Amino acid sequence: MSLQNAIGHNGNGNGHNGAVPGTNSTGVVITHSTTPLPAGVHLPLYMDNHATTPLDPRVLEAMMPYLTGKFGNAASRNHQFGWEAEKAVEIAREQIARLIGASAKEIIFTSGATESDNLALKGIAEMYRERGNHIITQATEHKAILDTCKKLEKQGFRVTYLPVLADGLIDLDDLRRAIVTEGPEKTILVSIMFANNEIGVIQPIAEIGKLCHEKGVFFHTDAVQAVGKVPVDVQAMNIDVLSISAHKLYGPKGVGALYVRRRNPRVQITEQINGGGHERGMRSGTLNVPGIVGLGAACEICMSEMAAEAQRETELRDNLRAKLEAALDYVQVNGNMEHHLPGNLNMSFVYVEGESLLMGINDIAVSSGSACTSATLEPSYVLKALGLGDEIAHSSIRFGLGRFNTKAEVDYVADKIIEVVRKLRELSPLYEMVQEGIDLTKIEWAAH
Amino acid sequence: MAYSDKVVDHYENPRNVGTLDKSCGSVGTGLVGAPECGDVMRLQIRVNPQTQVIEDAKFKTFGCGSAIASSSLATEWVKGRTVTEALTISNTDIVKELALPPVKIHCSVLAEDAIRAAIGDWKKKNGVAEEAHAEVAVAS
Repeated sequence: MSLQNAIGHNGNGNGHNGAVPGTNSTGVVITHSTTPLPAGVHLPLYMDNHATTPLDPRVLEAMMPYLTGKFGNAASRNHQFGWEAEKAVEIAREQIARLIGASAKEIIFTSGATESDNLALKGIAEMYRERGNHIITQATEHKAILDTCKKLEKQGFRVTYLPVLADGLIDLDDLRRAIVTEGPEKTILVSIMFANNEIGVIQPIAEIGKLCHEKGVFFHTDAVQAVGKVPVDVQAMNIDVLSISAHKLYGPKGVGALYVRRRNPRVQITEQINGGGHERGMRSGTLNVPGIVGLGAACEICMSEMAAEAQRETELRDNLRAKLEAALDYVQVNGNMEHHLPGNLNMSFVYVEGESLLMGINDIAVSSGSACTSATLEPSYVLKALGLGDEIAHSSIRFGLGRFNTKAEVDYVADKIIEVVRKLRELSPLYEMVQEGIDLTKIEWAAH
Repeated sequence: MAYSDKVVDHYENPRNVGTLDKSCGSVGTGLVGAPECGDVMRLQIRVNPQTQVIEDAKFKTFGCGSAIASSSLATEWVKGRTVTEALTISNTDIVKELALPPVKIHCSVLAEDAIRAAIGDWKKKNGVAEEAHAEVAVAS
């Protein structure tokens, strides 16, 4: 009934025979498992699609000619090699623009979303410094935004970090109050992410855009997790600047884009990289033609498959959640589930520490908000921003379902999580105390 | 993160998991750490009143694999020793035995604290004078 032997598991016992488990070819320890491996499920199993997504074979196929024979520089204006490269880049520009309701001329290619975020924030801050020195963002942004804002603060800009509500969404009234419309402290930019990379919540982007538009403030959104997964329309949503990454939507790593609005209002950004004046002067450097072709192809696939895929992933995710909630007590879902990415599920398995849980399921790639998985020993700042206790963050697991995950995989992951959570709760003094009716908040814990 | 074989072995097959009756006079209980820090260890010992030998030890731990392994190992090491001998177990011995990386040293410190807290609790219950070096970090 089990394929465990076939995949190198020690299938000869109950996992308590004292033998040291084997390791796979990467040196990662594979622990014993009593959860059967269904047909069609292969280990290790990838379910961490917010970190990165696998390259879609159709995207690779589109890229291949530009990694081989069609190697021209898109800036070479006087021969065929340059022309075919330039043509490919312009097709990709169209494909990306179409997915987000922009026009092709509004797309600037970058090395990825971190660069796009840097270019958007620093480029606007520098260009509009005379207009005002105030920028608004929020607490659960990606570090590409938060660290850039810290840098701008050092340069004299004032940055407001809006808090989030317990469900992870910002309060629009907080934003309205934070916008300064006059004087030297005038707000020049609001940067609020579209969808969160840890808890998957989708901010009220259209409402934010409308508000910014009314107040005459530029609106940037880091839409890395949203583009290609949920509908994004820069016109309907009044988005002025938007960051995209290819490797989050089944494209290659090392390429991204920045949408910069050209009219109503026209947004100008000061370039951060000089040398050659590529991308209308906003981003110099020879274009990554195969990467750009890949990003374009990835966008086109998302555009045609989004509706069906979103429904499929939502069903899988709801299935996973239902199975876990039915089998285990003391679990909680983190983040608003109504305004949510299809493939995201962030759950806390209370009284079980996240890293020990990952250790027990190490043939499955997911993430934890536990401190122990980070170099800083600080638990996830995103979960902390929701006002959850640190112990909830320490117990959290992020499941990131994607295009290539199947129902059989979801069932396997659920069974495995249930097995390991039960085992670790047998080991957990907190779980035992709660079962005995002890209120853990009444205990004077010694901080260490 | 790569774990040493010994950490994996203790995680897979934790020794002496369980609970002793904390109201019993011969049992000492140490509860150290805090849920918000991501580590809580409870280590319990049963001490023979005549010989002061630790005849049984049990633990439960909320924490990462290294924390589980450190406390599991601590129960193995205290069993069969007198309370005085058990107090000589130091966190550096645990680090060495389990090959813990620097980022996990706090797990071994917590295990040492748990041993000291359990012995301290037993001494308090039995009116044994506290020695200067046996200062304990009792959690409550």
